[in-house]
Amino acid sequence: MRCQSFDRIVSAFEKNALAVQEAKKQGKKVVGQYCLYSPSEIAVAAGAIPVSLCGTRNDSIPAAEEMLPRALCPLIKSSFGFALNDSCPYLGAADVVVADTTCDGKKKMYELLAAYKPVFLLQLPQVQNEDSLAYWRRQFELLVAFLEKEFQVSITEEKLRDAIRLMNRERQALKAVMDLARRKPSPITGMELLEISFKTSFFPDKEKGIAMMHDLAQELGALADAGKAGAAASAPRILLTGVPTGMGSHKVVRLIEECGGSVVCLDNCSGYKKTRVMMDESGDPLTEMARRYLDVPCAVMSPNPRRYEAIKELAADFSVNAVVDLTWQGCQTYAVESWSLKKFVQESLNLPYMQIETDYSETDTEQLKVRIEAFIEML
Amino acid sequence: MYVAGVDVGSVAAKAVVLEHTGGELPRVAGRAVLPTGWNTAEAGELALQKACAEAAVEREALSRITATGYGRVALPFAHKTITEISCHARGAAHLFPRAGIVLDIGGQDSKVISLETGQGTAFRKPGAVRDFMMNDKCAAGTGRFLQVLSGILNMPLDDLSIAAAVGTPVAISSMCAVFAETEIVGLLAKSTPPQDIAAGVFRAIARRMCALAKRIPLHDECVFTGGLAVSPSFAAILSEELGMPVNVPEDPQVVGALGAALISLDAARANAHAATTSNTSTEREKP
Repeated sequence: MRCQSFDRIVSAFEKNALAVQEAKKQGKKVVGQYCLYSPSEIAVAAGAIPVSLCGTRNDSIPAAEEMLPRALCPLIKSSFGFALNDSCPYLGAADVVVADTTCDGKKKMYELLAAYKPVFLLQLPQVQNEDSLAYWRRQFELLVAFLEKEFQVSITEEKLRDAIRLMNRERQALKAVMDLARRKPSPITGMELLEISFKTSFFPDKEKGIAMMHDLAQELGALADAGKAGAAASAPRILLTGVPTGMGSHKVVRLIEECGGSVVCLDNCSGYKKTRVMMDESGDPLTEMARRYLDVPCAVMSPNPRRYEAIKELAADFSVNAVVDLTWQGCQTYAVESWSLKKFVQESLNLPYMQIETDYSETDTEQLKVRIEAFIEML
Repeated sequence: MYVAGVDVGSVAAKAVVLEHTGGELPRVAGRAVLPTGWNTAEAGELALQKACAEAAVEREALSRITATGYGRVALPFAHKTITEISCHARGAAHLFPRAGIVLDIGGQDSKVISLETGQGTAFRKPGAVRDFMMNDKCAAGTGRFLQVLSGILNMPLDDLSIAAAVGTPVAISSMCAVFAETEIVGLLAKSTPPQDIAAGVFRAIARRMCALAKRIPLHDECVFTGGLAVSPSFAAILSEELGMPVNVPEDPQVVGALGAALISLDAARANAHAATTSNTSTEREKP
């Protein structure tokens, strides 16, 4: 439910593009990132500001389709369209973009993006083992060297360690907000969870963001203690898994809640995947960073056992009644994985499961509504 | 006690009035099927009026009305709206208690519904929806596809059905209603007999339905509902493609409306029961 600290985050977000500009004027460097595999810690250790880049809106897609194939995933098209239109203030402010070879569509898009912005591309391995870990750590070393040269700074082990501590505190703060939804009924709706995790990913001042999220967790926690609810007690509790969602690509979350469901957990890169696991603060910083990021259970990993482990854990922690698996059109890895996930959810977790494949447009809203409504009637 | 279900689809508006006199099984007292046309609300209203007239009951005598189908939100008289997936499942399970799979092909969508069978589970009673699949965005392989064919060949569905039964199916490669039209025009230009084209299109739709159906494990008996189920030759082709017999209800178009009426009856009986036990007024969720 909306409250004072919620509104503070919303209004800070409105002035956010300006805040990034201010920081730049004071000599701060800005590192833009698209994907959860790109390590914010290294940008922080370089004294720069890591920010998320735009890619969740439909209106930038027509521009992208002048160059990219129409059947490509909307997230990739939207991101690229923002670059072509020069309509993302964060991309505009970014001195460099740090990206990774997450999937085929993204890595080829980054080749095209390099014509508009300096792009540092991390080569992401797609299996989670010791060989990959060594390789991935080496990629981070290269990024450290690149940023040191680019920004004329020295990135020491101590700075990396401090950055890990800071980012863990940010993870914990966001986790505190997201964990509010473990309560029955949840004091925060799925749309609000999405809005908070989206809007807080752009703040240039990490400390300010952390404080605001803690305030929100505290205020909503107190309101919930006082018996106030954000979602109806009778609403079926839904775990949304799959592709990232943000403001502008929130269609399915909105429809689930309009049809009477309550989205209590966003198991995606824009949600709980950011916060579920903390980073080890005592080991070799680059190794621990590489380990934490390589463990992110995106469908690009093959095999991808941690996604199942996470869903099992989250389904219990958030007492969910059903799982909805969201796939963006053209996202082959998530689309193919949905078959195995369906089996796992229905047979091992004994929960109803539904996969939705869609894009950012509103063209299938009525059709989706029928399916989602029927799914909720089934629960 | 009289209750009703109204199902306003993209092509036809259907209504069923049920009479329940205390025994276990309710009786269909009236039913109606009308073209939806451009005015969804009016079509729903007219279908309900016609079903009431057939049942010889006044509208006011209906204890409860449930609306379903694409036009469900446009009907101001409905007490509650339920999706056509739940309604088709309910109607089919009522008519065929051993049904495990319901196939429904309507005007603009097709769906496959898996029902709970046997003893049910802790979560679901027998007959409840266990899982379902629906065609995506486009109308490929639905009733709309057949409407295109009907227009080009200038044959209503009944005639198409008769033609398809005797024709030797030609291959129809495009499943897009727009591209298929071009393909069919091309076949006609090559003097392909209309019955062969009709047979080819029927088979193409049946194959597409089977591809959707096979994403859900088939189990127990299969029931085929919706506008296309009116055609016996289509049902035969579907059964052949599916490799199992399909049960076709006597009146397949109104199964959704029947399900909606049965859902009305459940609620009306629950209300009546609550009223007699606690003496509170009956609830009306939506005026």
